[in-house]
Amino acid sequence: MAIKTEPFYLNIGPQHPSTHGVFRMRVSLDGEVIVGVEPIIGYLHRGIEKLAEARTYTQNIPFTDRLDYLSSMTNNLAYCMAIEKLGGIKVPERAEYIRIIFSEIMRISSHMMAVGFFLNDLGAMMTPVLYMWREREKIMDLFEMVCGQRLLYNYMRIGGVSQDLPDEFVPAVKKFVAEMPKYIDEYDQLLAINEILLARSKGVGILPRETAIAIGASGPVLRASGVKWDIRKMDPYSIYDRFDFEVPTGDAGDCYDRYWVRMQEIRQSVRILEQALAKLPEKGPVCAEVPQFFRPPRGEAYGYIEAPKGNIGFYAVSDGSIAPYRLHIYPPTLINITALQDMVVGWKVADLIIIFGSIDVVLGEIDR
Amino acid sequence: MTLLDQFQLVLKTLNWPDWAVYLTPAIVGILIIIIFVLTIIIVFIWWERRLLGRFQIRTGPNRCGPEGVLQPIATAIKILLKEDIVPDKADKLIHFIAPIIVFVPILMLFAVIPVSEGAILVDLNVGVIYVIAISSISVIGIFMAAWASNNKYSLISGLRAIAQMVSYELPVVLSIVGVAVVAGSFSMLKIVEAQGIPYILLQPLAFIIFFLGCLAEMNRSPFDLLEADSEIVAGYHIEYSGMKFAMFYLGEYGVALAYAGIITTLFLGGWQGPLLPPVLWFIIKVMLVFSLIIWMRATLPRLRVDQLMSFAWKFLLPMAVINLFLVAIEVLVLPATLQWVMVILNFGLAAALILLWSRLFTLGGGRVEV
Amino acid sequence: MTVAVNGEELARSINELFPDAVVSGDKNYLLVESKHLVQVAEHLKKAPGMEFDYLTFVTAVDYIDYFEVIYRLVSLKNNQSLILKTRCYTRDNPVVPSVVNIWRAAYYQEREIFDLLGINFDGHPDMRRLLLWEGFTGHPLRRDYL
Repeated sequence: MAIKTEPFYLNIGPQHPSTHGVFRMRVSLDGEVIVGVEPIIGYLHRGIEKLAEARTYTQNIPFTDRLDYLSSMTNNLAYCMAIEKLGGIKVPERAEYIRIIFSEIMRISSHMMAVGFFLNDLGAMMTPVLYMWREREKIMDLFEMVCGQRLLYNYMRIGGVSQDLPDEFVPAVKKFVAEMPKYIDEYDQLLAINEILLARSKGVGILPRETAIAIGASGPVLRASGVKWDIRKMDPYSIYDRFDFEVPTGDAGDCYDRYWVRMQEIRQSVRILEQALAKLPEKGPVCAEVPQFFRPPRGEAYGYIEAPKGNIGFYAVSDGSIAPYRLHIYPPTLINITALQDMVVGWKVADLIIIFGSIDVVLGEIDR
Repeated sequence: MTLLDQFQLVLKTLNWPDWAVYLTPAIVGILIIIIFVLTIIIVFIWWERRLLGRFQIRTGPNRCGPEGVLQPIATAIKILLKEDIVPDKADKLIHFIAPIIVFVPILMLFAVIPVSEGAILVDLNVGVIYVIAISSISVIGIFMAAWASNNKYSLISGLRAIAQMVSYELPVVLSIVGVAVVAGSFSMLKIVEAQGIPYILLQPLAFIIFFLGCLAEMNRSPFDLLEADSEIVAGYHIEYSGMKFAMFYLGEYGVALAYAGIITTLFLGGWQGPLLPPVLWFIIKVMLVFSLIIWMRATLPRLRVDQLMSFAWKFLLPMAVINLFLVAIEVLVLPATLQWVMVILNFGLAAALILLWSRLFTLGGGRVEV
Repeated sequence: MTVAVNGEELARSINELFPDAVVSGDKNYLLVESKHLVQVAEHLKKAPGMEFDYLTFVTAVDYIDYFEVIYRLVSLKNNQSLILKTRCYTRDNPVVPSVVNIWRAAYYQEREIFDLLGINFDGHPDMRRLLLWEGFTGHPLRRDYL
């Protein structure tokens, strides 16, 4: 005889240690088993798209920092690419190389943060986080050397970057890149065959291949489900076609695969960095000549890149004046959580947290 | 003949009235235990925070006092000065007495832990059973705290608490019985005295099972799902603040000290050791066991509740039963002088059993069809 | 390299299948009538040679006379992309058919367009505000909001 039970609603509320920001989920539970989940967002909505219509193109660049605030350089890059497509501006060689170097360093930093906090959600008590932050501190020192900021860089400009690299930067990056493989091996040794990690994340939160394509997922979430789609290979922007790297793909689409894909991408980023540093032109302009009040011709353009969390894109519509007529920001993480209910139903509360952590969201990007 | 018994004899020869002769050693003993426990808890808090910091490539608190030794006192003062908030719809009486029910049994555990030769409050001849019985009362306190808080998060934590703590009692009990079989008595003093070869060498499998069972009873990583910070935001003590929270907090370290003391007594040979005075050996061994507990907290992620349960019932419990049978057979067959044979035999059997069982054991659980 | 499909030739081939569905086609985009949107979308998803199974973004722009809803479709298999547009000429209660049943990626994005611009998507299972709170009046991203 079955006991009569009824599901109850639990609010994994906007304030929670593990929701990576102000994210609210209304979960209906049957004991510990999840029966349904409904994400409720909008707690960090700042109206960036509307604000962008009242500011010049260059004044919008700091706004783009604050979208995915853990990887600001890539947001800047996508926005600048969109405006460069609108205006037909060519970026000088040295600026392209500098942009790629910073994008890849940013990818390493963001992935380490994602993996560290995924393990923190699993319960490893900040130990993997602090091990990865040791490297992230070195990365933040590199950024501080160049643009004076540790988190929200505002470094890229339309047509290039805002200032040239100081002399001590390239040797510092070379030293960092030389040491990094050793540290990645250290993390792998600690984590990759950890029994508890395997037991809790293998087979958990599977996102099947067809669902991933249907919901328009991108980034490591899509690649972990078995779709080999990386914009840097499929539709190379900037000068990515000159570098030689691989695109890691998972096969099952569970939490462990998403974690594994991110760790492999860190290795591939180190590879790209080595090649870019070798080929960096010695001297040259770092920004194209763009007037202060830039008026691109009428038209529309979509600039999109492979950011650490997915394909961030900016759709800019211009009517010939100094401010964009419409700027739409495509948030990859909002699209990635479309299938949250499919991934989570049937698992327990503890799994909800790690499945959500493995998708790696940042609320600044979801809410804009 | 414990020290307090000798003290009692001295008082009798001084011709004190009977009730004074009976009560004074008891009160002196209780005071010594409370001071001892609270002092060592303070030291434990400091040691945990420094050692955890070292595991996490950072220093740990080092500002308050030299090397941070006053940090636990600062923590205690901070907790005492906090406002005591009780939720509106909470069950006031049960909310009030739950911390007491959690903390007091932990203090009672110290009555049977021998710190030095004869230094024990009372030498019960069922010491081990007393330990097991008293440590189960804390579960009721935890569930009372979880239920009376009127909070869904603490309710989930309460569900997990009952499941976890009840199911880990069994392997713990069975492994202790193995120790008692070899020692021939349940009294803690006699078990220490019977350890010519420490029982960790004599019964490694029982040590492992008991250690893991103790971690689960203490709600420590990797079994700390009751207060999983990242999921249910502090679990059963989510609605507690001020002195009541301090009782839970002290209780957590108190039970760590108690179980470290019990492990030392039962498996590591208590206060025995060359050269140094026995109290110092006891403290060194307790600190070693506690460092091992902190090490596990710093490295391992936590298990999910169904994985935890299947670990207890399908892995630890059968191993504990088999261990008991093997130990009983060995005690029956081998003469007392050939105990070192048991060491070799038991290590071999432990390794073989663990390897064999882990092949057969699957964690199970997983996705439920909704 | 993801090739952007030329809208003019595509316009001609779609006009043969669905007469007067396409309003105009440029080398950058393809503009269709809103009442034929679902048919054209299904054809684009299933037809061999096109197979646009991956929807990137759905957004809308408020040109004062009309609203324009813009979709970007990508074909993972053929490595092509296409921008599909449709227009809606009323301002009081603009309605555009929803493509949620064809591409699930439009689920949150159509809700966001409803929230910020007020365009109703006919056929969406859960048409509610996404970013702003319930009870908010007005649609902020419209040109006449502030």
